[in-house]
Amino acid sequence: MTIARPRTVADALDALGALPGAQLLAGGTDLMVEINFGRRSPDDIVALRRVAELGAFEVGEEVVLGAGVTYSVLEHDLADELPALAAAARTVGSPQIRNAGTVGGNVGTASPAGDTLPVLAALDAAVTLAGPEGDRTLPLDAFITGPKRTAIRPGELIRDVRFRRPRGPQLFLKVGPRNAMVISVACCAVVVDADRRRVGIGLGSVGPRPLRATAAEDALAPLVDWDALRADRDAIQRAAALSAEAAEPITDHRATADYRRHCVGVLVERALTRGLEP
Amino acid sequence: MTDTSTRERADRVVGHGLGTSAPRPDGTPKVRGQFAFSSDLWADEMLWGRTVRSPHPSARIVRVDTTVAEAMAGVHAVLTAADVPGRATYGLEHTDQPVFASDVVRYHGEAVAVVAADHPETARRAAAAVVVDYDVADPLVDPEAAIDAIPIHPDGNVFRHVRIVHGDPDAAGDVVVEGAYEVGMQDQAFLGPESGLAIPAEDGGVDLYISTQWLHVDRDQVAACLNLEPERVRLTLSGVGGAFGAREDVSLQVHLCLLALATGRPVKMLYSREESFFGHVHRHPARMTYRHHATRTGDLVKVEARLVLDGGAYASSSTAVIANASCFAAGPYRVPNAVIDGWAVRTNNPPCGAMRGFGAVQACFGHESQMDRLAAALGMDPVDLRLRNALRTGDVLPTGQRITGVAPVRECIEAAVAHPLPPPAADDPLERPGGAGLTVDSADVRRGVGFAVGFKNLLYSEGFDDYSTAAVRLELAADGEPVATVHCAAAEVGQGFVTLAQQVVRSELGVERVVLRTADTGVGSAGSTSASRQTWMSGGAVQAACEAVKIALAARGGDLSAGPIEELREHHHRPTSPLDERGQGDAHVSYAFAAHRAVVDVDPGLGLVRVVQIATGQDIGRALNPLAVIGQIEGGIAQGVGLAVMEEVLVADGCIQNPSFTDYLIPTALDMPAVAATLIEQPEPGAPFGAKGVGEAPTISSTPAVVAAIRAATGVELARVPVRAADIAMPQAASRGAAQT
Repeated sequence: MTIARPRTVADALDALGALPGAQLLAGGTDLMVEINFGRRSPDDIVALRRVAELGAFEVGEEVVLGAGVTYSVLEHDLADELPALAAAARTVGSPQIRNAGTVGGNVGTASPAGDTLPVLAALDAAVTLAGPEGDRTLPLDAFITGPKRTAIRPGELIRDVRFRRPRGPQLFLKVGPRNAMVISVACCAVVVDADRRRVGIGLGSVGPRPLRATAAEDALAPLVDWDALRADRDAIQRAAALSAEAAEPITDHRATADYRRHCVGVLVERALTRGLEP
Repeated sequence: MTDTSTRERADRVVGHGLGTSAPRPDGTPKVRGQFAFSSDLWADEMLWGRTVRSPHPSARIVRVDTTVAEAMAGVHAVLTAADVPGRATYGLEHTDQPVFASDVVRYHGEAVAVVAADHPETARRAAAAVVVDYDVADPLVDPEAAIDAIPIHPDGNVFRHVRIVHGDPDAAGDVVVEGAYEVGMQDQAFLGPESGLAIPAEDGGVDLYISTQWLHVDRDQVAACLNLEPERVRLTLSGVGGAFGAREDVSLQVHLCLLALATGRPVKMLYSREESFFGHVHRHPARMTYRHHATRTGDLVKVEARLVLDGGAYASSSTAVIANASCFAAGPYRVPNAVIDGWAVRTNNPPCGAMRGFGAVQACFGHESQMDRLAAALGMDPVDLRLRNALRTGDVLPTGQRITGVAPVRECIEAAVAHPLPPPAADDPLERPGGAGLTVDSADVRRGVGFAVGFKNLLYSEGFDDYSTAAVRLELAADGEPVATVHCAAAEVGQGFVTLAQQVVRSELGVERVVLRTADTGVGSAGSTSASRQTWMSGGAVQAACEAVKIALAARGGDLSAGPIEELREHHHRPTSPLDERGQGDAHVSYAFAAHRAVVDVDPGLGLVRVVQIATGQDIGRALNPLAVIGQIEGGIAQGVGLAVMEEVLVADGCIQNPSFTDYLIPTALDMPAVAATLIEQPEPGAPFGAKGVGEAPTISSTPAVVAAIRAATGVELARVPVRAADIAMPQAASRGAAQT
């Protein structure tokens, strides 16, 4: 096994070129579990932790989060600017896991239960991929193609995740059968975008990919008092019901599909109530 | 976690003798990460063992082909049932479990072969290369059906049927309430997975370094399977990372020793977390139906109960667990008439055996749910109903046994109720139901209060002489100061015997310096670290040895300069007798009682729960180390809360669905309630120092207290633990879901 430890994105791309099929390693919080369970045994690894540029972030009109930004950074350093992402990061594993795991890893693994994914979906985030032929940018919706499946090509790595910074409340709520350190049974993100007069509603753990409740968003937008940033209870309940309809949950050992759908309705109603005070 | 008043009182009792909160000798290394656990064992030239396990809960083994695995570079041995030189089976009380399955497999994860290789990854690959052809059969997974089903083992499907008939079986009360209850399969979830190191010895025997609860019973089982005299199998206790009953049964002990003898090399094994879930027994799932009869004024008239415990594929300690569940099925109450049927049965589910509370936990969820139901039917306060029927010294149990020791049930209840209720809803959203998920606003939170009382036996029962042995040596150290050395095979599994043994010697001999020898089979048996028994049994043996040393020293006129004094003593509890065919008999030595009041916050919309506080009164005899007692109470409550709201090994068609700490959830700091504890100190006659074991009682009634509080907050009937969110948020849908699993 070869383990490449590049210090720049360019070197990382060279290493990927030299080691076809190499596994990317960031925080290792997904990969090491797979390896420990014997589900994956990569021949080669390109380890990204030393690539300093991937750990950078910018918060301006546009937000750019390097793929190596950890959950701890989201939780502690960006809580004011990105409250929903910070709240989502706070629910990931233990502090040790949050020190290691990265936003790029969450996006790259593309688990249906990835905690930042519904927030990024609600933020209309895009994923920048660096590859041998240069960078390309895909909307999150086009990048994540299925459960743990993405549009990344051989030789590429995730450089960053970016989105326009909205003005308005941002919320994240997550249901799990324990009060901390738990995999999501259902979660939702609500992003109130006063500039574009839209409310983004992202859903997690209730479908093969992070979902957008677009019918709920479409129904809600015209009913919001955009100057006061308020909506009435009927509008919120309608949006919550439409969100529950948008869910595509399954039954597994963590919860039934019925309960997951029920949670979506409750969570979206509560998130909208907090964000748009009826 | 504990309310500061109790904690501060415990912390204030400084010193090193009995009655003080003497510090643990292993405390500092454990918190510094310097304590050597059995997973840290290492020997030069050692090999790594790995188990080949059945992926099926029920199958006939058609063929086992080890040739590919044996031919792999670095592989030193591949062993199957044909390589077991001695007894082919082992077991705590009934030797019905094969060292390796040879003809059939009876549970998901049963061992079929074991390999040794020079690297753990090589061992993993070799284990994967062992070819086993299975003829898969339908597993028997319904414990009710198992009673009359075609036996899946030559010993039959019924491990034991206990029938207790007491008083007038036809007695009837004015008020009758019925209920059916279920308890899911809890895991002990110790943090240190099974591990050990076996080293072949020059005498043809083997030295085994192992984390276990009872060195001598392991030794006897290993020796029988190896066909060696017990003297040639020497066990030494290695650092134990928790036990809670899961290390009572043999797991990798025989496999390790077989590999060491077959290869002539030291062999280490260390289960992964996933394998650990297949490598030890769990708490029995239970299905229980109850009928309580009472007078209109609230006196219990009769309890009828039927308990079915799923023991899984092999006996383990099922026969004793069902005896306990049956003996304590009616709860700590005066019950003049009782008809109790307890069944422990064999299925193709994972084997179940000992876990903290040992049968009393399951029964307590049943009888306490019933007491609440009865209180509601009578229009009585649930606490008053319990006080009215609370057992006292001199009362007779449904087994016909009269309680001769202390039975401060009333005091436990009153102490639990006397603690102030916690302040209303938490300001910190992390402390609301749902915790870090930030799912609920304070206006949507409902609070509930619930109450429960429980009890169980201390020490082994039904005629078992679980004695303990201790040697104490007193001598002058090089600096001229006296030093005492204790040699006892009592397994320290975290409970604190190492602290207590030092305290006993300091108080008895007045010697400050006390050295503990490593526990091993070089001294007589100490019995198991279970059944809340080591303080009583091994504490008693150490005390007796100290007493003998004192006498010998006095005979010398108190002069130690002539050389060391060493005395060895056994401690035996008073004899008990087995239950007869009507379930009657003086089966138990002593009992420990506890009462719990739970305060919970519930989010009814999502069904999420936060246990806010548990107040408890516990009958402990005497606090020999108040801080250690509080630690046991907090830990036991954590496991009780876990069973109430999250902990369950999910089994579908005989297969474990969640063998990981990702999906087998245990409480975190955000799930653990504040604990307000009152220690009820009434010395127990016949117990060394008057002290009762304290480890199990906190686990028993904390679970039903939490469930009662959730019922009070929501009005939802909850007949099963662990309570799942969907059971609360959508009870109709949840019951449909449960029917499918």
